[in-house]
Order: sequence, then structure tokens, then C-alpha cells
Amino acid sequence: MIGFEYARASNVADAVSQMAASPAAKFIAGGTNLVDLMKVHVERPTKLIDISKLPLDKVEETGGGLRIGALVRNTDLAYHPLVETRYPMLSSAIMAGASQQLRNMASVGGNLLQRTRCAYFYDLTTACNKREPGAGCAAIDGHNRMNAILGTSDACIAVHPSDMCVALAVLEASVHVTGPRGERVIALTDFHRLPGDTPQRDTNLEADELITAVEVPPQGFSTNYTYLKIRDRLSYAFALVSVAVGLELNGSKIKEARFALGGVAHKPWRNAAAEASLSGQSASEAAFAEAADIVLRDAKGFGHNTFKIDLARRAIVRALSQAARGTPQSQSSKKIA
Amino acid sequence: MSGKMNEPTRLPIELNVNGQKRALTIAPWTTLLDLLREHLDLTGTKKGCDQGQCGACTVLIDGRRVISCLTLAVTKDGASVTTIEGLAQDGKLHPLQQAFIDHDAFQCGYCTPGQICSAAGLIAEGKAKTADEIRELMSGNICRCGAYPNIVAAIQQAMGQQS
Repeated sequence: MIGFEYARASNVADAVSQMAASPAAKFIAGGTNLVDLMKVHVERPTKLIDISKLPLDKVEETGGGLRIGALVRNTDLAYHPLVETRYPMLSSAIMAGASQQLRNMASVGGNLLQRTRCAYFYDLTTACNKREPGAGCAAIDGHNRMNAILGTSDACIAVHPSDMCVALAVLEASVHVTGPRGERVIALTDFHRLPGDTPQRDTNLEADELITAVEVPPQGFSTNYTYLKIRDRLSYAFALVSVAVGLELNGSKIKEARFALGGVAHKPWRNAAAEASLSGQSASEAAFAEAADIVLRDAKGFGHNTFKIDLARRAIVRALSQAARGTPQSQSSKKIA
Repeated sequence: MSGKMNEPTRLPIELNVNGQKRALTIAPWTTLLDLLREHLDLTGTKKGCDQGQCGACTVLIDGRRVISCLTLAVTKDGASVTTIEGLAQDGKLHPLQQAFIDHDAFQCGYCTPGQICSAAGLIAEGKAKTADEIRELMSGNICRCGAYPNIVAAIQQAMGQQS
């Protein structure tokens, strides 16, 4: 690792003012992604501001919803009784990501700020516009099996690696942040960005802002939901394609459908037209296939990852079926219902 | 660091490692793994990938299993750390250590300290009941010799003894 200074933040205001004084600093909480990236010199902060001991580690009820402190550990959130009962899709998505050791370390805020695992982003000897704007993208003509099929640009085809965020997109969570210009709230679906011509920016969080909490509204889809993750091995691997679904049913008719895809884009991918196409419909494979077609109409493969278009189509149909039947994907038994 | 640069800031930290208080002064980039191996000569914790992908460096911090290669030691000031060296009590192997022997749950043995510390964390969590659940919640520990069936059997034995 390249040398850096280290200081603990004594409270949120102190964290923000330390950051304002050292623009090349980074906040560190769980460190699972940041330390990894520092070891390979992709991240080179001059200073680490340790926020891990700040009192942002509570899960609190807020008029039917939940306010989740940014420093709640991933396992603590997944196993929280209110999350398991009211937001089982969120529990399931968290448990589908990483390993138990990493989930024990990783914070909720840090999960949102994970950087892509695109191999070219990690490899300093190759071109990457995300790492070095203007350098080019080695993934577009390279080994791009894990890369994006939706919302890509000529500059970047990286995917956001989080599972948790895919569920949070369906739940329409909001991200509470604070900084030198005060507090603000960003919708989770507006939090991550598409690469466009600025792939170096993953999110709309400013460099001097700190995430303090994630809030989920009351609607938890605790009856008809699933998190289906398809990957190269059964556990402890990033998604090729994942699908989080929440349905509200009225008998066999769909009142409301929401679903988001992971592993296919620079952000959790939702498509309003596809969701709208399902409302008022009977829950059927034909309706699900039509919704999948709407999502994938503009999908574009880059060779190694072109299979993801078909895989995503089938995963969407399967996940919507699982949710409609009330048989969510188990994250321990790997049988796909 | 090159000689031209300023001497790096070194920071005092205190850890309880396997029941013993340890006061150290370390550079902020020292990982817990390097601290254990290089500063405290506790070489039971293994460095595998050093990137958080293999689980060989798993230890318990305040009773919870974590990856020591991605843990900066300065961030854990005041914490209690348990490594493979701290599991045996009064000269008697921990039930998991005995179970790994009973079930021949390793071949080369390099991943074993991490497997055993991870399994200790798993049992403390109390979430895994079935073999499927053990496999899923142990997926952060890679065994390239492929001793997985025996590792699951060993964990089931130890779990049975402690419940």
C-alpha cells in the first residue's frame, strides 16, 4: 500500500470537516473494498478518516419504514428481525452477496459505494476510463463476460457489483447524506449513475459528502418477492445476472410489480415500462416474458457477455414466477424453484 | 517508503489477542494479518490471496469472523482478537480442531486455520442448521485440496457437541 495518514472522526461533523480539509482523503468503515483497492494502487488516498466508530449503527422504525444507519453491518441488517419479517427480499439479497466474513465487516454505506469488479479497472497495466479518464476501455474488446449489457457507453461497460442495492432499488429506498453544504436525501435509484462520458463517477454522492443512513419505505413485499442470483459458482461470486422482485397481487391479478436487475448495468436496473406492462395482468409466464422483452429491447452484448441477454430474459421470467407463487429463492439450498 | 519521504506516522494501538493484552505502535497500513504474523509471530493465521477472496486469514474479532487481510489494524484499537492459536484451552484441542482431525478435514492444511476460525464464528452465529446452510455460510473459505465434504462433517460433529 502507498503511505497515508490516518485519523479517527469523533463525530459526523468532525468527519465532514476533516474531509473538507483533505480533499484527497477517503472515509473508511468496513474497508472490505477500499483496502483491497489500495493494495493494488487503484485507490490512493492521502488520508483515511476512520468513521467506523461513529454512532450510525442503529436500525430504527420510522412510521412504518426503517431508517438503517450507514454503519450497520451487512449481516446485522440481513438478520435484523424487522428486516427478515418485513423486507425478506433485502435479507435475501444481502445474504446472496460476498461471504459471511465480508458481510460481518462491510457497512451498508460502503456496500452502496462498492466499485466495479471489472478486471480492467483493477489492472493498472490496462486502459480504463473509470480509473483514468480518457485512457480508453479495454473491456469493450476484451474479456467482458462479467460486463454490462444495458446502459453502457463507448467509455465504459462496467457493472455495479452490489446485491443489496438491487433489492433497495425495488424497495425504493432513499440515501441520507451530509456534507459541508448540509444534509440531503437522494433516491436510491438516482444514487448510482450510468457511465456516459464520466465513468469515473459511480454515484451522485459528492466527494466531500458522507452517507449517514438508508431509509426504506413501509412497502416491503413480504409475501410475493424473490432475489434470484445467477453466477459462475453456487456461492461467493458476483452476479452474472440477478433479479429482485416485489409483487402486490390481488388473487391471480398483479396490482403492482417492481423488479430490478443486478450484474447487467452500471446501476441496479429498473424499467418503468416493463413494470407497468404487468399491472392489471394475470400472473403468467407469457406476461412475464413480455415484460422481460421490454427490459432487454435495448440490450447490447460485447461478445463474451452476449449470453447475458438471454440469461437475463429467462432469469426475469423465473424470478417473477417465483415471486408470484410465493416461493422465493433460497440462498442456502441452491435449487432454483 | 523512500528515504526522502518523511518518517511515516506510527500509531499506538492496544489489542487483546488470545486473552493477552498487546500494546503496539504500527504504521496505519498494517493489516491485522501482517500484525499477527510479523509483529506478534502468530503465524497460524495464513496469508493466502491477501485480497479477501480465499478466507485463509479468517480470525474472530470480538467473537465475529472477519478477514484479517482486509482489516487495517489501527481501525480495531481496543478489540479482542482470537486466532487459531487461541482456540485450544488448557492444553485441550477445541472441539472443532478435534473434529477436523477425526474427519480428516484437510489435506495440505493451509486453509485449515481459517476454516476452523470461520467455523467457530459460524457456530457462534447459530444460523446454520443443515448441511446446505453450513456449506453456504462457509463459502468464504476456499479449500483447493477439495476437503469440503469432510469439513462439513467436522463442523456438524462440533456443532452437535456444543448444542
